[in-house]
Amino acid sequence: MSFEPKIVAFLCNWCAYAGADMAGTSRLKYPANVVPIRVMCSGRIDAEFIIDAFEKGADGVFIGGCHPGDCHYVSGNYRARRRVEMVKKLLSQMGVNEKRLRIEWVSATEGKKFATVIEEFVDEIKKLGPSPWRK
Amino acid sequence: MARRIGVFICHCGINIAGVIDVEKVAEEMRKYPGVAFATTYQYMCSDPGQNLIREKIEEENLDAVVVAACSPSMHEETFRSVCKDYFSIYRCEMANIREQSSWVHDPEEATEKAIKLLKATVEKVRENEDFNPIMVPVERKCLVIGGGIAGIQAALDIADAGYKVILVEKEPSIGGRMAQLSETFPTLDCSQCILTPKMVMVSRHPNIKLLSYSEVIEISGFVGNFNVKILKNPRYVDEDKCTVCGDCEKVCPVIVPNEFEMKRAPRKAIFIPFPQAVPSTYTLDREACLGLAPLTCAECRDACEADAINYDMQAKVIEEKVGAIIVATGYDLYDKNKLVEYGYGDDDDIITSLEFERMLSASGPTGGKIIKPSTGEEPKKVVFIQCAGSRDVQHMPYCSSICCMYTAKHALLYKHNVHDGEAYIFYIDIRATGKGYEEFIARVMEEERINYIRGKVAKIFREGDKIVVYGIDTLTGKRVEIKADLVVLAMAIVGKKGTKDIAKLLKVAVDDGIFLKEAHPKLKPVEALSRGIYFAGCAQSPKDIPAVVAQASASASKVLSIISKDKLEKDPLIAVVDEEHCSGCGVCISVCPYEAMQRQPNGKAKCIEALCEGCGTCAASCPSGNIEMRNYKDEQIEKMIEVII
Repeated sequence: MSFEPKIVAFLCNWCAYAGADMAGTSRLKYPANVVPIRVMCSGRIDAEFIIDAFEKGADGVFIGGCHPGDCHYVSGNYRARRRVEMVKKLLSQMGVNEKRLRIEWVSATEGKKFATVIEEFVDEIKKLGPSPWRK
Repeated sequence: MARRIGVFICHCGINIAGVIDVEKVAEEMRKYPGVAFATTYQYMCSDPGQNLIREKIEEENLDAVVVAACSPSMHEETFRSVCKDYFSIYRCEMANIREQSSWVHDPEEATEKAIKLLKATVEKVRENEDFNPIMVPVERKCLVIGGGIAGIQAALDIADAGYKVILVEKEPSIGGRMAQLSETFPTLDCSQCILTPKMVMVSRHPNIKLLSYSEVIEISGFVGNFNVKILKNPRYVDEDKCTVCGDCEKVCPVIVPNEFEMKRAPRKAIFIPFPQAVPSTYTLDREACLGLAPLTCAECRDACEADAINYDMQAKVIEEKVGAIIVATGYDLYDKNKLVEYGYGDDDDIITSLEFERMLSASGPTGGKIIKPSTGEEPKKVVFIQCAGSRDVQHMPYCSSICCMYTAKHALLYKHNVHDGEAYIFYIDIRATGKGYEEFIARVMEEERINYIRGKVAKIFREGDKIVVYGIDTLTGKRVEIKADLVVLAMAIVGKKGTKDIAKLLKVAVDDGIFLKEAHPKLKPVEALSRGIYFAGCAQSPKDIPAVVAQASASASKVLSIISKDKLEKDPLIAVVDEEHCSGCGVCISVCPYEAMQRQPNGKAKCIEALCEGCGTCAASCPSGNIEMRNYKDEQIEKMIEVII
């Protein structure tokens, strides 16, 4: 059986979540491996949530936020961007390929971008195979 | 903590049930811990659907509800208002199994994902706590950005209702594009004649503060309490003293192109855009002026008997607090230089629709006379080209909505001016959907004997004193060649230059970088995604004057629903510091974009309720995990992660 990765997506309420809705409204198909959790801002995503997801067996973690300069809460996406860079380093030190964590800017109008990015990410994770932390 | 959770799964007709096996999802959820009841229904948002939820809350003694249906942005409010009669609205959550599952996945995987989404939502609602909304005071004023017909109408509606409006216009006068038009379709009303009374009403209205020649440079805060900074550019003429006698203009030695006339006519460095301008005053164009030092040239100042000219005037930053904002920044024509196939820019006799509009205007550069710009003669053959840049994947893919109508008007007015002239219109389709529009098109086609050619123009080039238009008539399949005196391009409409900058200040999205994005294309067409910000006019999409006016009034009524109250309910889902364990490191204080996190005398951090917007950046940054986001607690999110995986 082919490998079907498990991916958690944290989507900010104002841009990425609305972008995912837009993909739906436009009926753009993308893989169902990614299951979203809505948070108010990408700045809310604690480094612990990401590590926690991998510990629980996720093969990848996706974070969607507003474009730089467009954050509904002024600067939360910049915090998220820095935090992701930090967690990437941490992950690779712990034996998890940093490509398993991805952050993307998706605006409320970019349904197409959301679908494309998710498709790419799922392909990428499929190539990488199951996470080494998977039980 | 909820112990008896009810799960309600919507079919949404076949939108959900046509893909997702809703019965299987319900079956699965019945087995899930804490779920006391699960059912499906055809349309959960309908009256019977809502009643079903009410009935089951009572019958099954439910203490929380999860509705699996469309996006929470559609119906969260609907379902929460149902639950409000029984318990806190935070005991109702939605699982988005339509936009984010049935519409984007195949049946089997969509069903699996729906189950995961539902389980995660059940986990969230289980740990949600009850909170009452925080009440915050409302600044009972509105900011309107843009003084075209959209901004004018919105400002007047709000001011008439008894509330203060600050109307900001970038140009020296309000009036916008409508002031540039000659007649309006389909009734051929004189555009200025119907607009200028409204402009005067704006200037006289005690509730409207008009800031012309000004720009919004900073916006912060949230619905009910926006802080706005407006830059008032110096016009070097005292608005109150200027009598519009025109003595300054006569003596000014500088001649530059006149933007109001689409640069097809000159103006002086000191100018009034058009005679009916509001505010009624001259403006000195700093860029064009020889220098604001009286030693260089002080002709205008010396000529001014009213002593209105002041070279020392400075730019001023004005700060205002408002409760709501309307964006009505209007449109520009598509960049003409990009239409190389139509030879624009190379030839004086190929002009845009707005240039032709100015030519038709009695107050325009030709006094209403239609001329061939290169020679000043009367053009005997004119070709109008619709969809110049619109409905074209190489330029703008959308329909600009108003060009079919104004081109018909242009051709008609041309024939009324030049009785022996011939007019040709190249079109793709004729879209005449407004009231009286189809009849107008029929009149132009039949009575005025305008030649409509269905097809696109391939190429335009000059041959001697004529412009050759090469096209195809797709109805006969024959090639068409017309030797014209004048060509008028109905250019595509794009959001006004600077729309993106305003959108950035307001944190609102822009569709493909062109038009402001509304909260919902059908049901929230004038609202931005962020509460308290509304749109009016062509900044949101191309539309004709009646639609603009209707949208402006709609925005005004939305604004009134906010600023007519003393207080506004604010989401209580904010950050809370565990003071006992706070080490006082101050990281949260440094990351908070709203200065809501403040240090107390004891060194510990505290969240100020009224300022916190609930983004959660502080909670994610706290090194000791001592900040809790109400109903987005760490434990909730971690539990959601668990059930998803």
